[in-house]
Amino acid sequence: MRCRPPSRQRRGGTLKLELRGITKRFGDLVANDRIDLTVEPGEIHALLGENGAGKSTLMNVLYGLLDPDEGEIVVDDVPRKFASPRDAINAGIGMVHQHFMLVPVFTVAENVMLGAERTSAFGWLDRRRARRDVAAVSEEYRLRVDPDELVANLPVGIQQRVEIIKALVREADLLILDEPTAVLTPQEIDDLLTVMRSLKAAGKSIVFITHKLKEVKAIADRITVVRRGRVVGTAEPSASEDELAALMVGRNVKLTVDKEPATPGDPVLRVDGLSVADDRGHRAVDAIDLTVHRGEILGVAGVEGNGQTELVEAIMGLRPAIGGAVELDGRPVLSSARHVAASTAAVLASGVGYVPADRGHDGLVADFSVGENLVLDRYRSAPFGRGLSLKPTAIRDSARELIDEFDIRTSSQATPAGTLSGGNQQKVVVAREMSRPLSLLVAAQPTRGVDVGSTEFIHARIVAERDNGAGVLLVSSELDEILGLADRIAVMYRGKVLAVVAPDTPRERIGLLMAGVTEETAGDGSAAEDGDE
Amino acid sequence: MSSDDEKPADDSGAAGHTPGRDDEPTGQPTPASRAGDPDAKPTGGTPKAQDGKGGTPKARDGKAGDPRRTRTAIVIDALTTANTATVTVLAVVLALVVGALVIALSDQQVLDSMQYFFSRPGDTFSAAWQAVSTAYAALFTGSIVDPETLNYAWWGMASWTQVLTPISETLTYAAPLIGTGLAVGLAFRAGMFNIGAQGQAMMGAIGAGLVGFVLPWPPVIGVIAAVLGGLLGGSIWGLIAGWLKAKFGAHEVITTIMLNYIAAPSFVTWLVVQHGIQQPGRNDPISKPVVDNAQLPHLFGSGLRANLAIILVVAAAIGVSWLLRRSTLGFEFRAVGSNPNASRTAGINIDRTYLLVMIFAGALAGLGGAAIVLGNTPNSITPSVVGNIGFDGITVALLGRGKPVGTVLAGLLFGALQAGASQMQVTSQIPLEVSTIIQSLIVIFVAAPALVKAVFRLRAQRVGTIGQNLAKGWNG
Amino acid sequence: MVGPGQAVLSDAVAESVAVHGYWTRSRKAGLVYLLAGVFAAVVFGLATPAHETARFTLSVRSNGAGIDLPARVFAVAFGVVCVLVGAGMLGGYLKRRFGASTAVAVTAFVLSFLCWQIAGHFLPLVGLAQQTLYLAVPLILGSLAGVLGERSGVINVAIEGQLLTGAFCGALFGSIFASAWVGLVAAALGGGLIGAILAVLAIRYLVDQVVLGVVLNVFAMGVTGYLYDRFMQPNSAAYNTPPIFGQLKIPLLADIPVIGPVLFQNTIITYLAIVLVVIVTLALNKTRWGLRTRAVGEHPTAADTLGIRVRLVRYRNVIIGGLIAGVGGAALTIGSVGQFGKDMSAGRGFIALAALIFGRWSPTGALAGALLFGFADALQSYLTSMNSVIPSQFLTMLPYIATILAVAGLVGKVRAPSADGKPYVKS
Repeated sequence: MRCRPPSRQRRGGTLKLELRGITKRFGDLVANDRIDLTVEPGEIHALLGENGAGKSTLMNVLYGLLDPDEGEIVVDDVPRKFASPRDAINAGIGMVHQHFMLVPVFTVAENVMLGAERTSAFGWLDRRRARRDVAAVSEEYRLRVDPDELVANLPVGIQQRVEIIKALVREADLLILDEPTAVLTPQEIDDLLTVMRSLKAAGKSIVFITHKLKEVKAIADRITVVRRGRVVGTAEPSASEDELAALMVGRNVKLTVDKEPATPGDPVLRVDGLSVADDRGHRAVDAIDLTVHRGEILGVAGVEGNGQTELVEAIMGLRPAIGGAVELDGRPVLSSARHVAASTAAVLASGVGYVPADRGHDGLVADFSVGENLVLDRYRSAPFGRGLSLKPTAIRDSARELIDEFDIRTSSQATPAGTLSGGNQQKVVVAREMSRPLSLLVAAQPTRGVDVGSTEFIHARIVAERDNGAGVLLVSSELDEILGLADRIAVMYRGKVLAVVAPDTPRERIGLLMAGVTEETAGDGSAAEDGDE
Repeated sequence: MSSDDEKPADDSGAAGHTPGRDDEPTGQPTPASRAGDPDAKPTGGTPKAQDGKGGTPKARDGKAGDPRRTRTAIVIDALTTANTATVTVLAVVLALVVGALVIALSDQQVLDSMQYFFSRPGDTFSAAWQAVSTAYAALFTGSIVDPETLNYAWWGMASWTQVLTPISETLTYAAPLIGTGLAVGLAFRAGMFNIGAQGQAMMGAIGAGLVGFVLPWPPVIGVIAAVLGGLLGGSIWGLIAGWLKAKFGAHEVITTIMLNYIAAPSFVTWLVVQHGIQQPGRNDPISKPVVDNAQLPHLFGSGLRANLAIILVVAAAIGVSWLLRRSTLGFEFRAVGSNPNASRTAGINIDRTYLLVMIFAGALAGLGGAAIVLGNTPNSITPSVVGNIGFDGITVALLGRGKPVGTVLAGLLFGALQAGASQMQVTSQIPLEVSTIIQSLIVIFVAAPALVKAVFRLRAQRVGTIGQNLAKGWNG
Repeated sequence: MVGPGQAVLSDAVAESVAVHGYWTRSRKAGLVYLLAGVFAAVVFGLATPAHETARFTLSVRSNGAGIDLPARVFAVAFGVVCVLVGAGMLGGYLKRRFGASTAVAVTAFVLSFLCWQIAGHFLPLVGLAQQTLYLAVPLILGSLAGVLGERSGVINVAIEGQLLTGAFCGALFGSIFASAWVGLVAAALGGGLIGAILAVLAIRYLVDQVVLGVVLNVFAMGVTGYLYDRFMQPNSAAYNTPPIFGQLKIPLLADIPVIGPVLFQNTIITYLAIVLVVIVTLALNKTRWGLRTRAVGEHPTAADTLGIRVRLVRYRNVIIGGLIAGVGGAALTIGSVGQFGKDMSAGRGFIALAALIFGRWSPTGALAGALLFGFADALQSYLTSMNSVIPSQFLTMLPYIATILAVAGLVGKVRAPSADGKPYVKS
């Protein structure tokens, strides 16, 4: 099986899939609880559910990446066992993972042929054939991908198409798209929906995993809603968003946050012509001007990867700038003359709190206890440290107080932080950053991967900081979060702030801005050209 | 992949790495993220361990949560599950068993009797028993105590010096190993793999040696100055590696390997033949000896080699222990060691941390090198004066799991092994390398708890091994 | 459909220059070369006696065909070349020719140094080249072993142990069977055995690979040292006198002047090394095996989702690598002196590792690195033999210093395969 190109074990070009009573447990946690799902040929079937509802687990079971504990997979009325993805591929199932399974240093053609290489003697690769395959599929479904381009050089939307091509070249008749729109601009999402329609027209079935109601309504033929590992209902796309949302989260969700109107004071953060390079040396932030006042929340909206991370890291002194200046309370923390920021410790000490976007990576030391994590930025100063020595009692006492105040669910302050749930881990970070007087709070994706209850709690704390007179810079790729919390909204696109708008601006306008379309540039060419000079 | 293939991996606990970092950041208990996390599998008695990323063994070994279980049951449980202590002991046992096989199979009488194995297998076994028991008896009498001598001494027919000789030898061998072991272990805790203890020890030996013979030192001051010289020599070598990592992001594994070879043989071979350094009247590469006042005083009289070095390294271990557990600096080291990104984000200057850790580590290894030059005859610098203590130090730190107490115990064990091996060479003509073999096997078994567990059919439990937070590949 | 999000990175290269400000890598290196060139021109120039000639001969004799250069003039001239290249880079003119500029600057510096050193003497180029290749063979094979493992994601620090075991097995079994060929096979198997242990412990038991490599080196040292003392040493006639491979002249080709004696008059192991570099290069880039190897080393999860058996690929590569390194070890015994000695690999495995990193994980790069280090070694022993004022010990440091500079990013950015050193654990 390692030498042959994908064989046609099954013909027809359409596929009917049934999942019967799929159960998958991880220890005590039941990720999938007797799930039934039927996908008809040529159907776009949306699997709707919150983060952590068990959608991805289900699809990993279907794709042969996980063994189900119970239940069976039936393809075209024949029960199948998938021990590995290869079995699933041979059965006509293809998957586009949320985090693309592409080798960045390979070309498109190499990525597509990998695992199903056509070879001559001695395993010699037939690259021409691979290129032709890509070109053919890409032509058939109008995907327009250059087979010789390096994947690392492709924008996210195109990389996703490479994933789709990979599946199609393997003659998949059912495609699983796992959260395909999470990293796309609204424009790219539209393109994706077009592609999905043309796949459907060609008789392919699609399982579309998402938690975004609008897209579901726009494209799905049928909707299955999953909550806490169980199917809680099916719906037609005609159902209202409120109905779907209620089904998805199990109670009527509060999409808005209660808050008083802002009373902005003096500027606390001033960003002036700031430019920052990303890890690969590309200009990720391009001459940005921003001001955050005390007592207001400035939301930064935008699809991820448009320079938000680099902007925040430059403000925090974590990343040197290549131009421009940053002032905190009128004092320069970064000036273009030196190109180097003040130390992160100095920024934090001047009253800035920072909730990083990726808590596991930047926010917490997983091996450290909750208590130790709560003093990660202040272990040197009284009462936690004196001179060279640490005061464990003070650390413990303070930790217990914060655990109470921020409702962190942990068995004790000595528990390693890495063993807490996502929401509680985030609360540890939030507790650390908000338990000292702040003049500025920088919060990036503060509720990502956090359960609903914790989200509400964190939102309330952010508003409380604002009401206490701190300025808040809120970066989020969830437009709803921005719309609910922000007093002003800056939209970032390709390293620039395209506009700063009021929170009552129509969603569509913000969506267009996130895609780089401004009213001024709409006429005289797209904003994309700006960065290329 | 078959599920059989996966099993040892899943519960070894060494699985500190998710396949792609993408799955890692949130660590949330969503089924999706768990699916990507190997540590999230159900593990025997630790329902709480949901998402440890190579967490502390302490947190995992705890089974005491269930009040209904008797203490005996808990003890038996602890012994039969693969916890850290059990695995360590079994690793030593297993390594000794393999060592016995090596000794038996390389014994001439055993080999001779194997020619007619099928007619008289008993001969082979008795020859093997003879070889192994003689050898391991020598291992014991050479490192701990010789019961016969003890008996004689009791009746006044042998001196107590003779009784204490094995222990003294063990302590003498152990002291430098503990020094380099601490050097490697401390760096481990800060997330760095210091393969450079060898070079740092060499430079420490050079520093101590140079200071030790350059002046006619008065008593006490001489020892202090020479030891400080050793610390300085080692810390300079550590500093270079730390600076290269902090400033250029150069991987410390590679730079320290290279620095080892720059120190010895290249630099030292040149140094010791220079005029004023080479011992007068000698043509071989050897320096002048350290003056008497700079030599480490013997602990139990001049008849026994054990000297102040062992006290110094134990003091150093206590210092390191305090540093790691009770100091702000140690907090930084540990934080950077487990998550440099989060540490940086919380305002810790990680470049400074790397620099400091390597300076400390270098000084500790330098202490190990100084212990040899200042403590053991001929008290001179030679290209091979530090032997293999740098690499041995790695094994010591691994066995000690990077903890100061563990390192001291591991250093004593390996010191005993080397002292005993010398005795084995005398009584059974078994090459000294047998201790190297046993030492490396112990570390391999300790580093692969799943293997030990499989051999002894222990029930699964997570075992902490060192190095889990290190394996980040060359790219950092 | 060309959305605004496309063509994002086409301007990446130009951008990166802008991003780093004035002190780009090229400019920093330029400054270093400029200063080195000044040093060469002044110090080497002044130190060279004014009227001596530096003679570079093609044969091993001093009076054979060769080139005579006025030593001082050329010591200065080569220094100036180095200065010019450095200045060019500093001025921003050579930023697209980083590799070539570096090569020219380093070569000029070395030549300037040589003019000084061999003023009044001669340097046998062919002999030096032969010696370079001879010394490089274990390094080439060792670093190839590293390439195979590391491109598939398993770090191999145990090259030293594989070389040592190969050398030992080659000598032992070569002696017992009185056949260099049996020795060669045994050497490969010996290296392969260490490779197999590395593979099992790293892939199945998830032991940290750097730790493991270090410990396996200690293990190999212990086992070979033990067996040497126990059997080989007391009975060296029976166990440590293997036949050795003679030089194999390739007809016609060996008669080509200069190149012939260097390339086509070697032992079978040398030919094997060169052929293996070619094979591995082609295989990595042109075959299914290579594509899968690289995929597994860069993104194992992606490979797994396409049905590639990640662990199998890694096992295979690490074990094949061990076999190759074992042959490299054979070069030390049956390919050369015909005798095993304790710890005779003497750090070559680590230099091979350095060559691998220096060569950025490509077989040809590793070859270049190995040759460079072989050259430094060969030059060192030649200069020692003519009583140079430069202590030979400082020349022996060169490979190590070069490697430190390489990993410090001064000779270009090195990047290991993404998944190198990370065990693959399926969920």
